[in-house]
Amino acid sequence: MIGDIDPLIINLTIFVLAIFVGYHVVWNVTPALHTPLMSVTNAISSIIIVGAMLAAGPVEMDWGVWLGAVAVTLAAINVFGGFLVSQRMLEMFKKKDKKGSA
Amino acid sequence: MSANMVALAYLVASVFFILALKGLSSPESARRGNLFGMLGMAIAVTTTMTLTQNWTLIVGCIAIGAVIGTLIAKRVQMTAMPELVAFMHSLVGLAAVFIAIAAINNPVSFGLPEVLPAGSKLELFLGTFIGAMTWSGSVIAFLKLSGRMSGTPIVFTGQHMLNLALAIAMIGCGLWFFFSDTTNWTAFIAMTAIAFLLGFLIIIPIGGADMPVVISMLNSYSGWAAAGIGFSLGNPMLIIAGSLVGSSGAILSYIMCKAMNRPFLSVILGGFGSDGGAAAATDDGTQKTYRSGSAEDAAFLMGNADSVIIIPGYGLAVARAQHAVKELAELLHEKGVNVRFAIHPVAGRMPGHMNVLLAEAEIPYEQVLEMDEINSDFSNTDVVLVLGANDVVNPAANVPGSPIYGMPILDAHKARTVMVVKRSMGVGYAGLDNDLFYMDKTMMIFGDAKKVVENMVKAL
Repeated sequence: MIGDIDPLIINLTIFVLAIFVGYHVVWNVTPALHTPLMSVTNAISSIIIVGAMLAAGPVEMDWGVWLGAVAVTLAAINVFGGFLVSQRMLEMFKKKDKKGSA
Repeated sequence: MSANMVALAYLVASVFFILALKGLSSPESARRGNLFGMLGMAIAVTTTMTLTQNWTLIVGCIAIGAVIGTLIAKRVQMTAMPELVAFMHSLVGLAAVFIAIAAINNPVSFGLPEVLPAGSKLELFLGTFIGAMTWSGSVIAFLKLSGRMSGTPIVFTGQHMLNLALAIAMIGCGLWFFFSDTTNWTAFIAMTAIAFLLGFLIIIPIGGADMPVVISMLNSYSGWAAAGIGFSLGNPMLIIAGSLVGSSGAILSYIMCKAMNRPFLSVILGGFGSDGGAAAATDDGTQKTYRSGSAEDAAFLMGNADSVIIIPGYGLAVARAQHAVKELAELLHEKGVNVRFAIHPVAGRMPGHMNVLLAEAEIPYEQVLEMDEINSDFSNTDVVLVLGANDVVNPAANVPGSPIYGMPILDAHKARTVMVVKRSMGVGYAGLDNDLFYMDKTMMIFGDAKKVVENMVKAL
C-alpha cells in the first residue's frame, strides 16, 4: 500500500507533523531564552548544507558544482557561527554561585 | 552507505534537532540542548559525505566556513546579536537559492530524474523565492540594525501596489517555469530576480522598533526555505528541521506582535512611527512640566528604598550600560534593597535581547522577570528605574483612543517613585508623548544611560 503513495504525500505528512512538534516545543521555550532560540534555530536551518554538499558532490566539475561549493561555505559559516554563539550566550545563563545572589 | 542507512541516520539527526529546541525550555537544560543540536548537525553532515565524491572540495569549503563562523561567534558583541542573527539568516537564504539553481542545472546529482517532474519544479520554485526574499530582506534588516542604514521607514506612494504587481509578476514567471517542457532558465532567473527585489522592498518600509517582528519573520522564512529545498530533494530531515525553524520564527513573530498589540499585517505593511524622533506628535497647547534630577539624587532615593525594579530598554543596549547596571544592582543589594529587573517582550531589537545583555553582565536570571510575572508587584514597589525605554511604560496604552491603546505595558506608573533615564524629552518610536514623564512622582535624569548609571554607582 505504501508503495502506491506519491512521495510528495509522504513528505507532506512529515511536514505537517513536524510543524506540530515545532509548535509545541517552541511554546515551551522560556521567553528569557528567545535570543538563543533564534540563534539555535538559525544554526539548525543551515541543515541545507546537506543540499549544498550534494550540489558540490559530482566528480564532473561544472559551474553547478562550484555554486554548490559556495553554498557549502555559506551554510558552514552558519553552522559554526550559529551553534558557537548560542553556546557562548547560554554559558552566560549559568547559575552563579556568588555571594549576594538570591 | 545504503539508502536506508542514510535515512535512519537522518532520522537520528532530526530527533537531535527536536531535543535541541526542547532543551531551551530552561536555562539549565539549554546548553545540553545546544550540544544535541551540534551532534545532530555532525551526524547529518558525515552521513551526507558518504553520498558525495568531491571530498577535498567539500571539506575545504566546510573548513573555510568553520574558521569564519568561529571567528564571528567568538568576537561578536552581545549588543550586536540582532544584526548577527539577521546576517546569518541572509546566508541561509542565499545558500538555498544556490542549491536550487544547482539542482536545476544537474538534477541527477540530487537523485532527481534528468527532466524535472512538475512536482520538483514547484518545490524548487517555492524554495528559491523564499530563499531569495530571505536573503535580500535580511540584508536590509542587517543594515538597519547595525546602523549602516537609517532605521526610519522608507515609504512612497504606490508602494503596496508595486509590491503586489511584483508578486504577481513573480508568480507568473513561476508558472511559466512550471509549464515549460524543458528547463526554462529565463523564467527561473526572472523569478529569482523579482524575489530578490521584493524581499528588499518589503523590509525598507519597516521601522527600527518593529525589528523584533521582522527578524522573527525572517527566521521563519529561512526555515521554510530549508523545508522547501527538503521537498525538492525528497529529504525528510530537511523538511523536519525546516519546519521546526519555520514554526519557531512564526511563533516568535506572533508573540512580538501581541506584545505591541498590532496586527501582523500592519507591521509587515510598515510605515509605522514615521514621525518618530520628531517633536511630540500630539501637542494640546499647554506646556507640561516635568521634574528633572541628578544621578546623585536618584542614587540616594534608591539607596533608601526597600524595593527597586529596573526596566531596561533599547537605550541600555545602545549605551552598552549592562555592566554598569550590574554594579548598581549589586551595590543596592548589599544595602539590603530588593532589586529586580522587568523585561517587556519587545524591549530591544530582537526577542529576548535584554535577557542576553543582563546575562552577559552576570546578573542572576532569577532577578530578571517577565512582564506577566512582575506587573502586579509595581504597586508596592518604592522605586522604578526606567533605563532607555519609553513606549513599553507609556500609560497611554490604558487610554481608549490612544494609538497604542491595548498594548500590554509594564505598570511603572503604579510605583511610589519613578525615575527615567533618557537622553532627551524626545518621543518614543510610536511618536507619542509619555504621560509617565510628567507625573508628580516622576524624576527625569537626562544623559547617556551608561554615564548616568556609573554616576549613580559612584554616589552610592
